[in-house]
Amino acid sequence: MTYLIHGETGDWEVVVGLEVHAQVISCAKLFSGAATDFGAEPNTQVSLVDAAFPGMLPVLNRYCIEQAVRTGVGLAAKINLYSVFERKNYFYPDLPAGYQISQYQHPLVGEGVVTIDLKDGSTREIGIERLHVEQDAGKSLHDQDPSRTFVDLNRSGVALMEIVSKPDIRAPEEAGAYLRKLRSIMRYLGTCDGNMEQGSMRCDINVSVRPAGENALRTRAEVKNVNSVRYVMQAIEREAERQVGVYESGGQVVQETRLYDPGKGETRSMRSKEFAHDYRYFPDPDLLPLRLTEAEVDRIRQSLPELPDDKKERFIAEYGLSPYDASVLVAERETADYFEQVAAGRDAKAAANWVITNLFAVLNRKGLGIAESPITPAHLGRLIDLIGNNTISGRLAKDVFDIMADTGGDPVAIVEEKGLKQITDEGAIEAAVVQAIAANPGQAAQFKAGQDKVVGWFVGQVMKLTKGKANPQQVNEILRRKLAE
Amino acid sequence: MPLDHATVRTIAQLARIRIPDEDMEGLAGELSTILAWVEQLREVDTEAVAPMTSGTDRVLSLRDDVVTDGGMRDAILANAPEVVDGFFAVPKVVE
Repeated sequence: MTYLIHGETGDWEVVVGLEVHAQVISCAKLFSGAATDFGAEPNTQVSLVDAAFPGMLPVLNRYCIEQAVRTGVGLAAKINLYSVFERKNYFYPDLPAGYQISQYQHPLVGEGVVTIDLKDGSTREIGIERLHVEQDAGKSLHDQDPSRTFVDLNRSGVALMEIVSKPDIRAPEEAGAYLRKLRSIMRYLGTCDGNMEQGSMRCDINVSVRPAGENALRTRAEVKNVNSVRYVMQAIEREAERQVGVYESGGQVVQETRLYDPGKGETRSMRSKEFAHDYRYFPDPDLLPLRLTEAEVDRIRQSLPELPDDKKERFIAEYGLSPYDASVLVAERETADYFEQVAAGRDAKAAANWVITNLFAVLNRKGLGIAESPITPAHLGRLIDLIGNNTISGRLAKDVFDIMADTGGDPVAIVEEKGLKQITDEGAIEAAVVQAIAANPGQAAQFKAGQDKVVGWFVGQVMKLTKGKANPQQVNEILRRKLAE
Repeated sequence: MPLDHATVRTIAQLARIRIPDEDMEGLAGELSTILAWVEQLREVDTEAVAPMTSGTDRVLSLRDDVVTDGGMRDAILANAPEVVDGFFAVPKVVE
């Protein structure tokens, strides 16, 4: 799949790298003992360290480091046993210390890789440049008051992982697939909940364009703080088109920070930030270098769950699923677990079908996650069994499924109670067939005259007579025999 | 390496320090002297010496992931220029 922008002078290729800020799941902050819960009353989860009171010293949270290492291992990345916290200096009201403690020259995690799944079932590898650990800033609210900005420091000091990709992304769709995969991996690992609406995963986009076939990278612009997968994809499209326009009208793209405005569907320059881009990093004198041992990293490596890519391969090999179905089912760990419970000892393809087509539709409609599904895996499994042993027809199974979705009931009980059992008794079906033919001599004559299509119409009549419960295959067979008599 | 006035202005701007014009000459001179002294240190051959990161033999102390702090909004906001509904209120910083 090649994504190109067709300009007036020719085709242009898009080159994208993403910087993702992922909030680490932890109870306490990176350098203080204050809580990290989302949505608390403003400034109630702030320690004197987070508010940068004079003389306060940071003490590193060991679990946050373990979480970052776990994420690094999950990205098949090199873990650096020696890393250094540095100060990144800039002024902003939600950064009380005037610097952010981050990592720069010696990040905790080096190069790794994310394999993305594309819509056509193919995969591509996107390189990871690095992952480093840093503290989050507080939150500024600019829209609560006409003349003032309100600052809440609850988020100040929460641990973040900044995950920087290589400029390997070549299309908006790939950027979307990358973010979804990264989120999926972190959720499997339990290191970040990936909730972009709540800001626990945020994205900066580096975009440049070049004429198709050109190898050198051109100047990039950075689009800051885009907060949904959809907007990331839109922002790339719009920004790339803008840059093509600049080049084609004889201009040059300048390296700058831009913002995406989803309402207008365009990026715009943040001129005020340009001057501030001199961060003057230096090692934080309050913190010694972080040293890990190979044994500590191994212990974390051993504790890793099966990750989505491995699970996908296993689903293809073990259950015979298509790569696409497998990638859909493994995206969330809970969905994969659900599917495996349904598929155990049954036709796995049928199980995959019911989960992807029918269950997802119901959950979407009701706005529920799979954990809140009204239909348990055991019940869905039993429904598939009822089809498998010819107790109900596939068509009636859909009705039973809808009842299950509304009531949470057991399909066996529903079939019993509503009298939906399939009629497979030859005699009973034959009686209905005979009745249908007798009542419609005209159509029966058409069949004899060679109009084969009329069989389908008769099947409908028999189904009506049996309230949809007759086994369709048997109906077909008996009808043809009787009509031919 | 003597610093010109423009560079001193940039450094001051990054540190959010306002420098009156009449102090410029003296400050540029002092900063240049400090830099010259640091330059001198470069003459020492440190090729085979690992960077010293601390004056002691201590290793980085680590903390368990337990909530032990926070819940002191009044203390946190005590020095705020202005407080509205539990927030720090500052002049608007967005255009």
